[in-house]
Amino acid sequence: MSLCRNGPNVGVSVALALLLLLTALFASPPLAQAETEREAASAVVGVSPDTWRQVRSGEIGPNFRDSRADSTYNLINASGESWRQLRNRWVSPFGLIAIGGMIAVIAIFYVIVGRKDLSEPRTGRKLLRWPLVVRSIHWTVASLFIVLALSGLNLLYGKFVFRPLFGDAVWGAMISASKIAHNYLGPLFGILLVVLLARVLKHNWPKRHDLAWFKQGGGLVGKGHPDAGFANGGEKLWFWLLATAGLVVVASGLVLDFPNVGQSRDTMQWANIIHAVGALGLTAVALGHIYIGTIGSEGSLEAMTTGYVDETWAKDHHNLWYEEVKDQALPGDQLTGERAASDDRGETASRPG
Amino acid sequence: MAQMKFMCDAERCIECNGCVTACKNANDVEWGIQRRRVVTLDDGEPSEVSISVACMHCDDAPCMAVCPTDCFYKTDDGIVLHDKDLCIGCGYCLYACPFGAPQFPKQNAFGERGKMDKCTFCAGGPAESKEEEYEKYGSNRIAEGKLPLCAEMCSTKALLAGDAQTVADIFRQRVVQRGHSDGGWSGNQRRERERTRTGADLNQADSLAYDATRRG
Repeated sequence: MSLCRNGPNVGVSVALALLLLLTALFASPPLAQAETEREAASAVVGVSPDTWRQVRSGEIGPNFRDSRADSTYNLINASGESWRQLRNRWVSPFGLIAIGGMIAVIAIFYVIVGRKDLSEPRTGRKLLRWPLVVRSIHWTVASLFIVLALSGLNLLYGKFVFRPLFGDAVWGAMISASKIAHNYLGPLFGILLVVLLARVLKHNWPKRHDLAWFKQGGGLVGKGHPDAGFANGGEKLWFWLLATAGLVVVASGLVLDFPNVGQSRDTMQWANIIHAVGALGLTAVALGHIYIGTIGSEGSLEAMTTGYVDETWAKDHHNLWYEEVKDQALPGDQLTGERAASDDRGETASRPG
Repeated sequence: MAQMKFMCDAERCIECNGCVTACKNANDVEWGIQRRRVVTLDDGEPSEVSISVACMHCDDAPCMAVCPTDCFYKTDDGIVLHDKDLCIGCGYCLYACPFGAPQFPKQNAFGERGKMDKCTFCAGGPAESKEEEYEKYGSNRIAEGKLPLCAEMCSTKALLAGDAQTVADIFRQRVVQRGHSDGGWSGNQRRERERTRTGADLNQADSLAYDATRRG
């Protein structure tokens, strides 16, 4: 029964299969054609080259979505490349030129002109210039400045020198220490710099004779000394550089140091450029400050180490100040005993008129 | 040697975030870090388009150029990797990266960044042992002869990964298949007619794709 009933069924199945195959064979080319056209017709409508150009320029439309949690990024960080070029092509080489140039200029100057000696022998009588509190803050700020400058220079140039020189293990520890020192001592430097600037502000208000001081080049070369009060033109310039560029460097540093307060990537790019330019410039100028304060002129360093200067030095470098305070000069041998007692008195008396 | 590249065909991406999930799973990345992201333009509008982004392993990688520790390196396959032992978390790579690829864990005090983390093209990174490598960088599928998991798992094959030449060939074929100029970045015949009517200057690549289908 089942055999004879199956006969026609098989025939129908085969016929159906053949028909299907034939249909498929003949229908294929037109179907494929339709497929392509359908894909074209159903393709995304409005995305034009303009859209992608907009993306490339870093613009964000109102309906921009990013699947990353709390992402504030656009699709393309257009300013990243500008930042890279500014940093690598301009800031980095010119910073090196500024600092290297400054070192060269100072070295040549020292060789040719040499130290600025006192015009007369020391009198042995001393005048109080910097009380202990100013000296303490100065040297703390100075030490921090040097640490920050060296770690900062290492962050910018270290990889070209120390990595090939010492290998990864030493370099890794070195650069990591630089970054940690830079990031944690930076804010401390900022606070102390503000304190120091506030403390010596009274000496640094510009005066008319400062202009003459600059016209004569500060008396750096030759015998003469232009007029100067407690602070001369150069010192005032350094003060105001720190009070402007210095504070900008501190502020931009804080922007970079604490990325957890919601500042954008673009803000940090600018902060980085400003920070680097300002810091490299200040480092170059600081070299001049260090030179003049140490080997560049006789009797200057003791003002910031002992707090006292010789009468001759005061007459030479700060004649107007000397005229005010000359009656307060102390014989050098009395100093050790009297220093503590006279510290406060000397500071108030030394205020310029 | 191969030059490994990612390519996301925006025409095909359906914003399923499968690549993101696959990546997180393959590399066991830290909480809060998402090496791959899906960006959607004009969300909810007719022109909506999505694209999956991660490190694009640039030829001239900006991260490499600006890194103060020089912790980046390029493998023979053109994959940009970095050494987490050298990374100091300064964030410069993030400032420079065109794609927002570098990310930093945010749990440290004073907002200090941890070691940078980014897509490794599933190629791991420098480490003493396999375990250490997995711990620091995630899986090294390249060493096993496999491509990145994000691309492998992409359901619409929008995300392609592999040798630049192969990826380019596949994409070129798709563009030709789409049968209209602008197929590379989508568009349709309606706009094509519009462009012809306004006499817009079609660039050579566009015309090539167009002519190929006409002749075929």
